[in-house]
Amino acid sequence: MAEIFAGVATSHVPAIGAALDLGKADEPYWKPVFDGYAPSKTWIADKKPDVVILVYNDHASAFSLEVIPTFALGCAAEFPPADEGWGARPVPVVKGHPKLAWHMAQSLILDEFDMTIVNKMEVDHGLTVPLSLMFGQPDPWPVPVIPLCVNVVQYPPPTGHRCYMLGKAIRKAVASFERPLRVVIFGTGGMSHQLQGPRAGLINRAFDTNFLDKLTADPQSLVRMPHVEYVREAGSEGIEMVMWLIMRGALADDAKEVYRFYHVPASNTAVGHLILENPGR
Amino acid sequence: MSDDTAFDDIPGTILFNAERSRQGYHLNMFCMSLMKDENRRAFRADERAYLATFPMTAEQRDAILQRDWNRMLELGGNIYYTAKLAACDGLSFQQIAALMTGSTQDEYARMMLGGGRPPEGNRSKAEWEHHG
Repeated sequence: MAEIFAGVATSHVPAIGAALDLGKADEPYWKPVFDGYAPSKTWIADKKPDVVILVYNDHASAFSLEVIPTFALGCAAEFPPADEGWGARPVPVVKGHPKLAWHMAQSLILDEFDMTIVNKMEVDHGLTVPLSLMFGQPDPWPVPVIPLCVNVVQYPPPTGHRCYMLGKAIRKAVASFERPLRVVIFGTGGMSHQLQGPRAGLINRAFDTNFLDKLTADPQSLVRMPHVEYVREAGSEGIEMVMWLIMRGALADDAKEVYRFYHVPASNTAVGHLILENPGR
Repeated sequence: MSDDTAFDDIPGTILFNAERSRQGYHLNMFCMSLMKDENRRAFRADERAYLATFPMTAEQRDAILQRDWNRMLELGGNIYYTAKLAACDGLSFQQIAALMTGSTQDEYARMMLGGGRPPEGNRSKAEWEHHG
């Protein structure tokens, strides 16, 4: 029986990927960011998960306005990096886990979540930057990855409650898989994150800190937060944080925070990061 | 959406709702086309001719030609899409963020290093009007 034993929350700022790809990781501006993830790299190298389920938003790369799925599950055997306008990131092709992904799709749909099944998809910085932060620059990536894209671009995005409940259904889906896989789920996306317009650069450390505290200890208090509150307090793209609730829902109620990192700034945004483990691990 | 009014009260922010998505469909699909190198080359070779292949309004074309990043958003552009035009131009996200806020990149970068734009005074349009 497969099991989700831990969760990772992290920002996925494109500039972080660019800094790494261009060899700037040791520059004074970027060093604190990568130093902040050093314990996480040790943690994941030690835990050696068999599969990563990576919740992120596609940034208008795989999905244009032609098709806008609310939840899309990557069931393919591999996912090449996308060209987001400056050429594809020089990172390895992401290998999937079609058997578990298809099992999840079936379980989730029968559990009344309307998943879009994706058999061909390029993955953008939303997925590859978290992998770089946690695994560095290996070739190939050390673990298969199941991408789960969430629409947070076209309003309305799914509610925090819907995301949290999807997480619970993912936990159940994984637990009913016949093989004994150890799975980590990533919830990714910006914390304070206003990328657009004259208010660009909004940073709300108090809101972010409270969100990190509650995500571990009292996620129920976050799940009914209206979208407008994310946008007002954490910026227009701060809405990406609903995706962290999918990760949280997939863990045990009494999961414990084992690591936290918060840093401002990375380009235009705050970097937030948590590692949560289920009890008994 | 039921709470659009509340979103509209957030200053300096344009939400990509259904109306803006319909308005900006072709503008955003143009931006998306720049994910292919051959399209970037064609656009750079003759911007007006390339833009003419997308059924946009004259206002939308002008905003693109002028690289008026806020105007693109007002005309239905979405930041995740217009970012691809910035990437095609070789601009970083921080450079277009500075442009959208009306500051130099240096001023903007210093604001971010100082902890970013504070939420106090930036939560509602009334607060912006009050602080001028």
